[in-house]
This record gives sequence, structure tokens and C-alpha cells, in this order.
Amino acid sequence: MIASLALILLAQLVGEVLARGAGVPIPGPVIGMGLMFGFLLLRDSRIGLPRILPKPLVDGTLETTARGLLMNLSLMFVPAGVGVVGRLDLLRAQGLKLAIVLVVSTALSLLVTVLVFRAVASRVERRRPDGEA
Amino acid sequence: MSGDFSLWVYLAGTPLLWLTVTLTSYVLADRIAVATGRHPIANPVLITVVLVGTVLAVTGTPYPTYFEGAQFVHFLLGPATVVLAMPLYERRATVLRALVPMLAALLAGAATTLAVVIVLARLLDIPQPILISLAPKSVTSGVAMGIAEALGGDPTLTAILVILTGIIGAILVTPMMNLLRIRDMRARGFAAGLAAHGIGTARAFQVSETAGTFAGIAMGLNAFLTAILAPLALHLLF
Repeated sequence: MIASLALILLAQLVGEVLARGAGVPIPGPVIGMGLMFGFLLLRDSRIGLPRILPKPLVDGTLETTARGLLMNLSLMFVPAGVGVVGRLDLLRAQGLKLAIVLVVSTALSLLVTVLVFRAVASRVERRRPDGEA
Repeated sequence: MSGDFSLWVYLAGTPLLWLTVTLTSYVLADRIAVATGRHPIANPVLITVVLVGTVLAVTGTPYPTYFEGAQFVHFLLGPATVVLAMPLYERRATVLRALVPMLAALLAGAATTLAVVIVLARLLDIPQPILISLAPKSVTSGVAMGIAEALGGDPTLTAILVILTGIIGAILVTPMMNLLRIRDMRARGFAAGLAAHGIGTARAFQVSETAGTFAGIAMGLNAFLTAILAPLALHLLF
């Protein structure tokens, strides 16, 4: 558990350093995600990394920790979300207009994204019919 | 009486109280969501925010005091983003096969979001600083705030609009996709992550792990693309 958390924090820290250092518009944790992905590839490759790694990183504890965090992703938006309640006055002035913009644009964004994904996927996968998820 | 009051003053200033309030409210909200069969309207983020907001309003607690305690939960957003690598890694073959549709949907989705927001906001006569703060609203909050600040918007307002967008998207996605009869969990998840960032991703994980994986990818890619497109779109459409 602690080894898993340490590895996750380390990936985020290195990601943050790279993001700030290079001034790229990618958030540090997203770079950390890439680093964690690289770690998993290396761990499961045949170069024998598992023998020198702490046991929790290879015996499935890392996976359990990750799943536990992802299962409760909603919880982590609560502290920022409560900030909305504190700023209702700010929203009140433009409330109706903002509501229209937010709902319409979010709905159209969902619609266009899913339709383009399906249209391109069915064209690409007609040749390679293996896309079922 | 004054003993009770000093106990309150003590507790109200410690992280313990606000952490407990946050976690308890979340457990309650999650129970409500499960009781409705995870109905989209029973969004756990929305219910928890309302519960905690009510407690703060009744006790007259200022938001910064609350956040002092709740920041430990907020902090976990970073590690949770890092571990999105896990489902991505486990489904890497599926993801790789869907690379072309993903990139096409990313470009179309990000461009549509920006264009619709800017055009609609202009039609409705929304003042320019608010319009700029609106532009990056589908992007995960940290990046969205950075984009808004760079373009001369109000980052605090952006953070609020981002959270609202996430909740709206998480509520809309399931009924919309069912109405469109789209059963491809990759496409459904990707749309949720692109339009509604982490809150959409949390919703996608409730529906299916494949959907959650694709939502996480869309969230990361859209943060990158919108950071590049937002200044261009504002320049073109303004």
C-alpha cells in the first residue's frame, strides 16, 4: 500500500517537474499517467525488473490501490465543487445565459464526439472487424 | 453553554471536522445514487456538494475554512489521474486499435465545443471577460484555469464553470447515448471524458471500465488540444 502510494506520488512529482520545467500545457498528473504507463510496460517486460522491485508493486497491491482511487473519483471533485455554492452571487447575474451556454455546448460536444468516433470507427473497422470493446 | 461553543470553535478550525463532513456526505450521496440504480440525475458529486453546501450555510462556515480540511481529498485528484494509467495499460490493445477514431473525435469534439461556446456567448451578449472564462470549460480544472488566465479571463470563474460543465455532462451522457442507441462503450466514454473531463470520467467508470478508460484518455488529450485551440478560436470568432 505505502510502496504503491509512493510510486504514484513519485510519478506525479516527476510529471509536475517536467510540466513546469518545459512549460508545456499538459498538467503534471497527466504526464505522471504517462510515466506510470511506462513503468507498467517495463515491469511486465522480460528484462527482469520484478526481482528488484518491492513486492507490493508486483503482487497486485498497486492494481488494488489504483482501483480504489478510481472507484471514488467523484469524491475528489467535492471540495472544488463546494466552491460553486460559495460563489452563487457571481453566477446569479448571468445565470440563465450561462446555463444555456453550458447545457447546449456540453450536449453538442457529447453528440459530435460520439458520432464522429462511431462514423470513423465503423469505416476503419470494416476492414479489421475486431473493434468490439 | 460556553463550553459547547468553545468545542465548536475548536472543531470548526480543524481538518478533522470538514474531512468527516465531506466523507460522510459522500457516503450518504453514494447510497442515494445506488438506491436509484445509479440514475444519472442522482449524480454523487452534485448530491455531496449540496449536502456539504447546506452544512456550511447553516453553520455560517466560510469556504476557505472548509477547504483547509477538505484539501486532503482535493489533493487525491492528482494521484487519481496518475493511476488512470492502470486501466489504460490493461486495455492497451483495444485503445491502440481505436487510435484513428479517437483522434478524429478529439479534433471534432474540441473544435465544436469552442465554436459553440464562443458563438452562443456572443449571441447572448455575455461580456467578454466571462466569455473568455467560458472558453476552456470542458477541460480539467487545473489546465482550464491556466488557459483562462493566459487569455485574460477570470480563473476562479473558470473553475466554477468547469465543475458545472462536468456535472451537466455526467448527467446528460447516459440518457443521450441511450437515445442515440450507441452501445460502443469506447465511443460513449470518449465523449464523456472530452465534454465533461474528470466528472464525466467518474460517471463513465460507474457504467463500464472500458468507458472509463476511454474517458480518461479523452480528458488528457482534450486538455492538450484545447490549450492550443482556445487562443486561436477566440481570435477567429471574436
